[in-house]
Amino acid sequence: MFASETESAIHESAGWFLEHAWLIPLIPAIAFFLIIFFGKRCPKGGSEIALASMGASLVIAAGAAYQWIDRVGASAEGEAGGLLRGFFGAGRVAEGEGEGEAAGEVVHHLEPVIRGQRWFSIGDLEVGIGSHIDGLAIMMLLLVAFISTLVLLYSTEYVRGDRRYTHFFASITLFSAGMLTMVLAPNMAQFILGWEIMGLCSFLLIGHWWEELPNAKAALKAFFTVRTGDMGLLVGTGMLLAMFGTLDIGGEHGINTQAAAFVGDHKTLALAAIALFIAAIGKSGQFPLHTWLPDAMAGPTPVSSLLHSSTMVVAGVFLVARLYPVFQVGLDITVAGNHFNLIAVIGGITILIAAGLAFVQNDIKKVLAYSTVSQLGYMMMGLGVGAWVPAVFHIFTHAFFKCCLFLCAGSVAHTGSHHSFDMKKDMGGLRKKMPITFWTWIVSTAALCGVPFFSGFFSKDEIIDSAHGNHYTVFFIVGLVGAFLTTAYMTRATYLTFFGKARGGAAHFVNEHEDHLHEPAHDEGHAEAADDHGAQAHDDHGHDDHHAPITHGKPLPFAPDDSPWQITVPLIILGTLAVLSGYLNAAPFHIEKMHEWLHSSIGVTLPEAPVFEWVNALPSILLVAAGFAVSLYLSKAVFGDAPSPLKGLTRRNSLLGAGHKFLVNKYYLDALYENVIVRGIAYPISRAAYWTNQNILDGIVNGVGKSGKRTGELVYKYIDQGLVDGVVNGSGATATGAGGALQPVQSGKVNLYGALLFGAAAVGALVLVLVNS
Amino acid sequence: MLVNNFLLLGAVLFCIGVYGVIVRKNAVLVLMSIELILNSVNINLLAFDQMHGNNDGGVFALYIIAVAAAEVGVGLAMVLLIFRNRKTISLDDLSEMKG
Repeated sequence: MFASETESAIHESAGWFLEHAWLIPLIPAIAFFLIIFFGKRCPKGGSEIALASMGASLVIAAGAAYQWIDRVGASAEGEAGGLLRGFFGAGRVAEGEGEGEAAGEVVHHLEPVIRGQRWFSIGDLEVGIGSHIDGLAIMMLLLVAFISTLVLLYSTEYVRGDRRYTHFFASITLFSAGMLTMVLAPNMAQFILGWEIMGLCSFLLIGHWWEELPNAKAALKAFFTVRTGDMGLLVGTGMLLAMFGTLDIGGEHGINTQAAAFVGDHKTLALAAIALFIAAIGKSGQFPLHTWLPDAMAGPTPVSSLLHSSTMVVAGVFLVARLYPVFQVGLDITVAGNHFNLIAVIGGITILIAAGLAFVQNDIKKVLAYSTVSQLGYMMMGLGVGAWVPAVFHIFTHAFFKCCLFLCAGSVAHTGSHHSFDMKKDMGGLRKKMPITFWTWIVSTAALCGVPFFSGFFSKDEIIDSAHGNHYTVFFIVGLVGAFLTTAYMTRATYLTFFGKARGGAAHFVNEHEDHLHEPAHDEGHAEAADDHGAQAHDDHGHDDHHAPITHGKPLPFAPDDSPWQITVPLIILGTLAVLSGYLNAAPFHIEKMHEWLHSSIGVTLPEAPVFEWVNALPSILLVAAGFAVSLYLSKAVFGDAPSPLKGLTRRNSLLGAGHKFLVNKYYLDALYENVIVRGIAYPISRAAYWTNQNILDGIVNGVGKSGKRTGELVYKYIDQGLVDGVVNGSGATATGAGGALQPVQSGKVNLYGALLFGAAAVGALVLVLVNS
Repeated sequence: MLVNNFLLLGAVLFCIGVYGVIVRKNAVLVLMSIELILNSVNINLLAFDQMHGNNDGGVFALYIIAVAAAEVGVGLAMVLLIFRNRKTISLDDLSEMKG
């Protein structure tokens, strides 16, 4: 049935939702314009349009996912029947190599559903717009629509009363439309379209409170850094077009098919892969272009949780996963004996440096931002070591728990710490007061750290396991160290936020809350924060200079215990999924749904994932436990009440102090970019240009000027006065005469001018006819 | 044969237009004559378009219609302003361009 799919694809219906998947990005796109034009007149400022549109998209995405799973099941049954069931089911370990190959062949027949129509054409190249549905696209569609819906719900409370409330929802809706467009893209043109829409929305949303300079600067930094990478996307796409003569990703003659069977100049394909990977580095915050992502936390927290942790930043990973044959063949990922490749190296470096930076952050959102960078490193490394399905699965689980963590941070700041994100100054001791936030945070943290039976364990451990299985030993160790570091910094952040003694804003919230609950307005600063807690009360980026006493008001009157339901409901849903989403692909229990659904999207044959054994998982579990213990001990000693010799150690021990300073300054990467690279390139060039200007050009000009002057004097005396003047005067006299003769023609009468024009044209035409005949 | 007829029609229109431009003293009528000239060109283009059987001439004709619309807009605006300032649109009275 599916063998003839490619020929008859257009005529054969694949199910309503799969056929109409183009509606998924279109609905939010239309909603964006509705919000922009009519949002302010709506009773809820446009947020209801945003929520309704995302809800509709979510329903269609869910329907499409259902039909896709149905399709996978039908193809498995139709082609291989019980054999395949055995392969994908519990019997997988027992089955031998032969079945594995047969199953791979069957899955290969599961063609993606590609629909579309002509968008524009350049010469012979037709560029379409439409939808390309396979397992990967379905997963991302569902993920983006689902998380967008929850975050929009959360935002209705979080940015309530903001001065650009309507614009906020418009931008988020546009972002979702862009991301969904990119995920559905059947060709690189539509992919770039969605990619750039996301970049624009990222810029708009980071700079949502642009009145404050740091926010505007962070938005610009994010935009420019990502744009640097985007050059790679254009160059890479151009190279692919030159090599394969098409922009289509899938299909019979698509990039993926041609790249998988590539026979031409290997170096060209490698260069194209590197160019595309540079784009992924920029978008997904990989080393060395990761510096924009922590600064992007200047945006409102829902933006951080939606764009800068769970969806937009995985676009780079998605790019690599989508065009995997290009990278796999171009960079020799699974060639035997290859223990390094660009993707794995960059991913590995990113895991470690970002995890290191997360230790010295005081801003809870920055900890999470570096954690995101580090986890993106895991995904990239997973793709780099040939663990395609685990890496994509990590996108899936990471989205839930990291989005949840960000929303928890927002909940704490919104309700508990008076819009401050500084863990050391304004948090601590919040666990009793905010139970829902606390428990969802704990669950998501456990998932992030890879505690067994939480979702992160299943995805991350499979990446680490595959690195080992595919003989990338270095990256196996990097993954383990990363797991240790992750647990350690998350323990530190959890301790600072929820345990210990309440400080600053949190102290007001925890201790004085009862006394002030019924006071209508407290001090002047807080009255503003309570009535209109958008505006400047939304100190959302945790820069120290904004911790003026004015925001250290008293607790918000609406917060008897935890945050309002618009905030807690998304937290609970995401927290639940942080546990449950892992069981779609839980290797220890031989559940391999993700392998089954996504397998046809890979486009190349990858080595079998190693069989899970608890012995192999033991090192990472032990390291997670060790990270927790060490970090808890240190956190208690350093941040706790009891006096400890460890306090102020970085100030006393010069070596540790230097290390601390090195981390606080983010490995001096920002300084490197701004002072060394930008100045290093710009300054010498300008200085050299100045020197050239002063000495060479001026010398020439001056020399020419002097000799010119001398020549001029001679010329003036003999040639000018004698010869030229005579000619000039003569021609002047002639012109005067001719002018006098022709003066009557310039009558000023328009009709005469018209007659002259047509007369001249007629004469011209006559001449033309005579010459040509 | 068909093309010939179209070209003849174009030529006649063109001549009427030129006559109007040269003889008429009313600025509005001159503008109308210019329109006639432009449309005679359009007819020629469309006639050749038919002859060659492609769409190139039609595209040019569309351009000319757009340009003519813009031209007449500007022209009428100028005539209107001149009328406001001078209470006349007779071209004989407008000879400031005399050299």
